[in-house]
Amino acid sequence: METPVVTPFKIARVSAILLILFLVAGLVSVLTGTAGISVSRVIRGILARWHEGYLALDPSEETILFSIRLPRVIFAGIVGAALSTAGVVFQGILRNPLADPYILGVSGGSAVGAIIGILIGAGAIPFGIPALAFLGAVMTVSLVFAIGRRDGGLDSNILLLAGVIVNAFFSALIMFFIATSSSADLHSITFWLMGDMGMADGGKIVIMILLLAAGAGIVYCYARPLNLIVAGEETALHLGVDVRRTKIVLFFAGSLITAAAVSFAGMIGFVGLVIPHMMRMVLGTDHRLLLPASFLFGASFMVAADTVARVLLAGMELPVGVITALCGAPYFVYLLRTRRM
Amino acid sequence: MAIVRVTGLDFRYRDTWALRNVSFEAQRGQFLGVIGPNGSGKTTLMKVIDGILVPEKGEVTIKGHAINRMKRRDIARLVAVVPQDSAMIFPFKSLEIVMMGRAPHLGMLRFEGKSDLRIARSAMEMTDTASLADRYMETLSGGERQRILIARALAQDPEVVLLDEPTAFLDIRHQADFFGLMKQLNRERELTVLAVTHDINLAAAYCDRIVLLKEGRIHALGTPGEVITEKNIRNVYETDVLVDANPLNGLPRVTLLSSPLSGQGSRSNAGAAPQL
Repeated sequence: METPVVTPFKIARVSAILLILFLVAGLVSVLTGTAGISVSRVIRGILARWHEGYLALDPSEETILFSIRLPRVIFAGIVGAALSTAGVVFQGILRNPLADPYILGVSGGSAVGAIIGILIGAGAIPFGIPALAFLGAVMTVSLVFAIGRRDGGLDSNILLLAGVIVNAFFSALIMFFIATSSSADLHSITFWLMGDMGMADGGKIVIMILLLAAGAGIVYCYARPLNLIVAGEETALHLGVDVRRTKIVLFFAGSLITAAAVSFAGMIGFVGLVIPHMMRMVLGTDHRLLLPASFLFGASFMVAADTVARVLLAGMELPVGVITALCGAPYFVYLLRTRRM
Repeated sequence: MAIVRVTGLDFRYRDTWALRNVSFEAQRGQFLGVIGPNGSGKTTLMKVIDGILVPEKGEVTIKGHAINRMKRRDIARLVAVVPQDSAMIFPFKSLEIVMMGRAPHLGMLRFEGKSDLRIARSAMEMTDTASLADRYMETLSGGERQRILIARALAQDPEVVLLDEPTAFLDIRHQADFFGLMKQLNRERELTVLAVTHDINLAAAYCDRIVLLKEGRIHALGTPGEVITEKNIRNVYETDVLVDANPLNGLPRVTLLSSPLSGQGSRSNAGAAPQL
């Protein structure tokens, strides 16, 4: 019988399987849409980019593939990976199965920043709206951190309550802006609030990758201390973990990842809540396995949800947050009822 | 040699003193009990000894090192703690919990090796939990979970084990099993054990020395026979007891006298109308 202990080999094996799943999801997404492109032409197009001697695709296929669909798949993958990783982090440091990346108010602060950006016309400047959204997120994180600080560490209960209050305050602000803005701005605001993948481009992808790599890299270094904290904060102290430092580092790393995802893609719900639970059910709680698995599966899930959002209604595109919530909420109810969490 | 030395501890929560001038020593291989009523400072004392709370005055040293100047990781290599119970929010298997005991011996990114697995397995055999390795913690009974937590403490390979009312949620058989196992490990491995307990009779049966706390101060310190006397217990717990010698082993045995049925009901109840 296999020992129920995580090994590097097991992590590599699970990651390889989930990476293949992501590639398949990406390929299906690239092939799906109003303009049909066959598998062989996608492969030929990709090969033609790197090897001379392969015939390039015709210009319209080239544009659809490389300027629209592929960036979008990569973008969706990054956002899904980011939200799932942040979900694991916040469920862990708060020791709360209901935690998600937005629970501490990062999303609310980000949304207020983005809405102000939309209202003052910052969309005209490159990265104007994401920059303001990120600024809003950073200010919120600093505020919640200041509220939750106690004896040099972070008190999980106070953090949670601070998050609830901050989120409530920002919802009121958001409703104020919605009530007073023109109908042209309303559409942009609504799309932003529900999460939108249509904004993918090379520059955003590069920035997202850098922020996610930094955040996720820090988080992985603390995977085992996080195991011990999840087993109990005093237990972690007794087993030699510097709990204060670990929680503070993970709080900021998780917030950075969340802020990056929300600033560029808007508020996409349920991914960061449900994916960690799904992976935990199948693979257990050891974060050395749970973190990479949630990262990769979250990426695949978001690509799939985005594909559905693109093609579900002919002639129009839905915000991807609608799809993730419509799938995520019933699944969460199922988890609650079967008590496997 | 004193492995744990506690000197002149003062500790307070805001304006309430929890410990006043507490000093004692535990020798290597000793089984030391800490007893006292609710609020007498027992749990606070344990938390100060393992460095989680920092005293206002005084010092705790383990093997000569001041605990408040040690890193958590270095403390964890010397001192293990068995808590009352461990509520699991997310599913962990028993073996994973026991393997956590190896954490203080591993570098940040190092994985547990074969030797760590061997140590964890043998800790589980010692606590008779080897067959539970693959079970999730939340599916185990209170007694089984408690034995897993002892196994984790053993996997930590400590020199001192602190027990904070470890049998609070166990029935009498598992209480006796628990203390029997701790006593055996104490003898076989020269493990120093410091145990907080509410059960004076268990303390009398298993401890070499006993610290009796009252309102944060040491009221009595010595062998069970010296500490567990009618006078001491009456003074500290403010209730009438009978202390006689257990006919099986000669150790002091405490019987509570102030129950309504004993015929010597406590004075404060005298005027109250019977409820039953």
